Amino acid sequence: MSPVWTVVAAVGAATIAIKAVGPVGLAGRELPRPLAAVLALLAPAVLAALVVTQTAGDATRVLGVAAAAVAVLLRAPLLAVIVVAAVVSAGARALG
Amino acid sequence: MRAGARAMAPLLPAVLAFGVSFGVLARAAGMGAVAPVVMSATTFAGSAQFAAASILGNAGTVAAAIVAAVLLNGRYAPMSVAAGPGFGGPTWRRLFTSQLIVDESWALAARGGGRFDVPYLLGAGLTLYPFWVGGTAIGVLAGDFVGDPERLGLDAAFPALFLALLAGQIEGRRGAAAALLGGVIAVALFPWAPAGVLIIVAAAACLIGLRR
Repeated sequence: MSPVWTVVAAVGAATIAIKAVGPVGLAGRELPRPLAAVLALLAPAVLAALVVTQTAGDATRVLGVAAAAVAVLLRAPLLAVIVVAAVVSAGARALG
Repeated sequence: MRAGARAMAPLLPAVLAFGVSFGVLARAAGMGAVAPVVMSATTFAGSAQFAAASILGNAGTVAAAIVAAVLLNGRYAPMSVAAGPGFGGPTWRRLFTSQLIVDESWALAARGGGRFDVPYLLGAGLTLYPFWVGGTAIGVLAGDFVGDPERLGLDAAFPALFLALLAGQIEGRRGAAAALLGGVIAVALFPWAPAGVLIIVAAAACLIGLRR
């Protein structure tokens, strides 16, 4: 299987299992409270790490993401945030 | 179910646009035309799909892409368990309907005190699904007309999106602390750790949830 399809299959299977864990797996029982508290913090930790790894390595990309951060602080809609990042990086590249 | 579908209606243009962006960016990241659509139909979880596409497009390994996406979807475990008791019918039916749990449908169906209006959740999820998958299909087709992704700044779109999603995921001081810690770990490890290892170590920041 190609790398792309391996990722699609593995992530799909894992996600289906995770989403089913309540309605199918646990059938009405509850997660231990510490486990639930830890799992709830997974997304913020991983997203923050992804912001770092996917931004680093290119000065114009850093500029674009910095502009996007301003858009996020101004509560711009998701699509606007993406467009701001792309336009600023592309602009900096064209000028640079 | 109708009430849930109606409640979802105002969000549908944004969901469609989000799907289109995934299609365009996944195509630009080298995922081809079919795989992104199949991923939207089976994984049906935006942030994890963007994470996988972004890592694949950034010369990351298969393992790093899988690890990042699965860890991001780890948040669905407590959400699924919380909503679980309201799901009815035979096992195969609960397996299918549980796939309609996404951030939006789950939040709309929460009724306080840990109770969930599951028919409402299913109505909202069923309405959202075709817009997410259809948007992805439109995006990969539009991706045909997109030129050099770097020249268009599309590589900056991924981290910008993660930043926006992060802002939506932070609830309270613990969420902010986990994000800060995850970010600091990523900065410290970035120069020398492989991406998959970095993501796992950064994800361990969630252990601050054990503090009382």
